[in-house]
Amino acid sequence: MPKGTGRTWTTVFLVLLGLGGGSQAAHAQVSDDLGVIGQLQYQDAGGAKVAVAGVDLSIDDVGGATTDQDGSFRIPVPGPGEYTINIDVATLPAGVGLRDAERTSLQVIVSENADQRIIFPLVLAGADNAAAATSESESEGNWSVRRVSQLTLEGLKLGLYLAMAAIGLSLIFGTTGLVNFAHAELVTWGALMAYFFNIYGLVGMFGFFAGWPAPFGSGVNFILATVLSVVMGGVMGYLVNRVVFRTARNRAVSLLAQMVMTIGLSILLRYVFLYYFGGRYRSYGDYSSQRANRFLGMELTTRDSIAMLVSVIILVGVGIGLTRTRTGRAMRAVSDNKDLAESSGIDVEKVISQVWIFGGALAALAGSFLGFDQIKWDLGTRILLLVFAAVTLGGLGTAFGALVGALIVGIAINWSTLIIDSELKNLTALVVLILALLLRPQGILGRKQRIG
Amino acid sequence: MDWGFILERSFSAMIGPEVMIYALAAVGLNVHFGYTGLMNFGQVGFMAAGAYGVGVTVFWLDWSFWIGIVFVFVYAAVLALLLGIPTLRLRADYLGLVTIAASETIRLLARSRVMKPVTGGVEGIDKFAEPFFNLSPFQLGAFYSFGPFKYLGRDVWVLMVGWTLLILVTLMVQQLMRSPWGRTLRAIREDEDAARALGKNAYYYKMQSLMLGGMIGALAGLIQVVQKSSVQADTFNPVITFTIWTILIIGGPGRVWSPIVGSSIYWTLIVFVENTLRQLPPGARDTLERTVDLSDFNIGMLRFMIVGTGLLLLARYRPQGIFGSREEMALDRR
Repeated sequence: MPKGTGRTWTTVFLVLLGLGGGSQAAHAQVSDDLGVIGQLQYQDAGGAKVAVAGVDLSIDDVGGATTDQDGSFRIPVPGPGEYTINIDVATLPAGVGLRDAERTSLQVIVSENADQRIIFPLVLAGADNAAAATSESESEGNWSVRRVSQLTLEGLKLGLYLAMAAIGLSLIFGTTGLVNFAHAELVTWGALMAYFFNIYGLVGMFGFFAGWPAPFGSGVNFILATVLSVVMGGVMGYLVNRVVFRTARNRAVSLLAQMVMTIGLSILLRYVFLYYFGGRYRSYGDYSSQRANRFLGMELTTRDSIAMLVSVIILVGVGIGLTRTRTGRAMRAVSDNKDLAESSGIDVEKVISQVWIFGGALAALAGSFLGFDQIKWDLGTRILLLVFAAVTLGGLGTAFGALVGALIVGIAINWSTLIIDSELKNLTALVVLILALLLRPQGILGRKQRIG
Repeated sequence: MDWGFILERSFSAMIGPEVMIYALAAVGLNVHFGYTGLMNFGQVGFMAAGAYGVGVTVFWLDWSFWIGIVFVFVYAAVLALLLGIPTLRLRADYLGLVTIAASETIRLLARSRVMKPVTGGVEGIDKFAEPFFNLSPFQLGAFYSFGPFKYLGRDVWVLMVGWTLLILVTLMVQQLMRSPWGRTLRAIREDEDAARALGKNAYYYKMQSLMLGGMIGALAGLIQVVQKSSVQADTFNPVITFTIWTILIIGGPGRVWSPIVGSSIYWTLIVFVENTLRQLPPGARDTLERTVDLSDFNIGMLRFMIVGTGLLLLARYRPQGIFGSREEMALDRR
């Protein structure tokens, strides 16, 4: 097969899959200006952050750097890959040491689009009681007002993002009775779309357009990319319903079989994402590393505060839309009682289609925001448990319940890190899920009725 | 292209360790879903319970491997209670939600730093299965051929024990399902309200089914880690559960021998496809790599795309499976 035709067919295939040949375009567009960045700082006795200047860091066979007045450093690297970065402990100021004295070198994986941030945790150690001082200051700092309020803020952030993913899931359940296990992939889809628009532009993801001027061949601003990603989320939601589930409903495929179908779809999409996106972590081109603003002792980056504000506006809009607009009321009516809604002249299939579009768009927005930390092919799957806990807690099928549930789950998860290791924080969601089912299986806002 | 090699691999896969392990896990899922109608989306959690039942006993408690086997079933029963108590009184989908969430949480818990002294963390546990391999009548490192099949000695030993257990468990399930107990399970699957109206406590029956199927799943997990000689948290990925679902639906849920048939078909197909793609002539391989990005890594991913597509299409078009009958089909009700 001549190469030209091959390319064309690839493109057709990729367009059909709806996801561009990211890795192909990526090879062409590797940024030649990559590096490992970081900032060395420690907290003094009062909790204030002190930057550490004049510390040498190095990567074997690549180069090194010395931290400046802000404690910042940047070591340029030749290309994406895995590097080992070493810190020269001897250049640390007296009394300051690594929290984990053994870890003087860290592994870091640099992806192709952005500098990779690395953190060497530093602690202030008294000369005599080094170990005791660190553990004491940690346990003391653990329950401080500042820490709790910071965790609440983080929880609120997570909760808002979760709510956007959960409302769609809950409404789809309400209108069709289907638990959509593929909802996590709609979230991932949002993050991936925002990434591709942000890095490759409107058409640049289709290999041969790469290199066209912005906004076509090279990246668009993240804000525009997010808007486009939301649109693509709606398109995805519509297509999934139209191609897969509407036909299944028309052929009277049972709900349990449809549930298994959502799982099949979820696995298929997840591995298609992995196929084209690769297993690496990536980050957006814009706003990927911002310094936190301090506010009443809490820290939040401008990026996150704007994202939270947007989420609140969107969620309020959703609330108003569901209660005041004709479409929204139709959605709730179908959720409430499908047969009654149908007999009162509501086009149920149309409403279901709208719910899928709307759910897909919201999930995509949630995904774009969740992708701030890092984008990965299984980003959505990682929060699936949290979304399930949120919708169950709030009451499966109720949109406002999903919102309340998501906020509670988000905050509960972050608070739980006060007691348990943060690595295990998702365990909290499972506990919430099981407790909700034991104590109030209809959910906080669900009506009390037999759901057995 | 080396067709001899591809066929040898495919034949060996037909009754290989994976077929036996996944078939056993699918027998458990068949008890849950095929006979009782329980939507267990976390069978891999039970497999992990079995694996860590022996792993934790040997690694953390420093007890004998053989005592660990008791814990395999204890852990599975405890997990079944934990998952069943909140959900089995509710609609079928709640069990699905909780099991999928729990199986992923078990994996995260097992690989966490906090649990490292108990579960070995990310590095996992190895060197625990010696007592089992010491009993082997075969030379562990040597290859043995039987007609078209060819395996390492250690695998032959695992296969012998595993297939014996698989057949015994399958026969046990067959007898159980013919008993009044099994008929009650099927009555609950067909119409829970009717079964309750006849005085059967559906909740207890479903719980017993969840425990029995979970224990069978745990046994599969045990054999898997013994065969690999290592317990790794990340091998208990949720996608395994859905591979087992695919296998069960291929064979047809609610039929005694379907897990074995389904597993054999699935693994032969996967091994054949993967080996054929890997062995393509260099020219064809290059074209594929350039056009559809088919690297070695991506060939591994194809397996899961096949599982996803297969599950989607089977549930849509043939929920009773290739050999199943439409009458014996839980997926078709409601």
